[in-house]
Amino acid sequence: MPTLILSAGMAQAATIEVTIEKMAFSPAEIAAKIGDTIEWVNKDTFVHTASVKGGWDVQLPVKKSGSVVVDKAGTLDYYCRFHPNMKGRIIVAP
Amino acid sequence: MHVRLLATVAALGLAGSLSLATAADKPSDPQIAHIAYTAGAIDVEAAKQAIAKSKNKEVVAFAESMLRDHEAVKQQALDLVKKLNVTPEDNATSQALSKAATAERDKLSGLEGAAFDKAYVDNEVAYHKQVNSALEGLLIPSAQNAELKGLLETGLKLFQGHQQHAEHVAAALK
Repeated sequence: MPTLILSAGMAQAATIEVTIEKMAFSPAEIAAKIGDTIEWVNKDTFVHTASVKGGWDVQLPVKKSGSVVVDKAGTLDYYCRFHPNMKGRIIVAP
Repeated sequence: MHVRLLATVAALGLAGSLSLATAADKPSDPQIAHIAYTAGAIDVEAAKQAIAKSKNKEVVAFAESMLRDHEAVKQQALDLVKKLNVTPEDNATSQALSKAATAERDKLSGLEGAAFDKAYVDNEVAYHKQVNSALEGLLIPSAQNAELKGLLETGLKLFQGHQQHAEHVAAALK
């Protein structure tokens, strides 16, 4: 219902890009708003994931990207299932 | 066995007083390239064995990710030595690593089922731990070429990730 959203005066949803290079999410911490898209761009030659325990699991093949739309406010800690030392955080504002 | 060897190798970088140190206190870049390549190839072989033998879905998935990552690193290492025009040089550390890995593979080939899974994953934890300490304590500090050092540093982060991944799988097997 786009008209409702517009009339509520909400800002347009944004796409926030997180780069994966040399075994790290960069920036490691991002701020987003509900409805924003988080896009991970994997520049490594290794397959990664952006996964939340008990939540979403975004597959990130070599030199490919993947995304999710954040739909809840709060702090989301995510990691790579293949390399659990790779960690990132999304702080979602209402 | 390789666990002890790599611990010795790592200690050499710090102490340099053991008898093995007479060969070279610090490995040269061509030797480092060879050690790194050998260490990766060993884990590729271990992964292939696990994929062929294990019936545990999580263990097989772990082995597949090891195979994929180590093949990727191997390719990067090959591309780099070609670019730098370095010929990897065989050395006592590489030979000892290979020998220990062959012994481990023989040991694992005699195991089946859950016993195999546990032994494979436990060895993966120990192996990555020791490779990481050798990278940190000896190979990275000894590397002269900046690109080689950079590749080793990325390798260290990758293998630290593998160690944690292996620890997760080991915990799930219990």
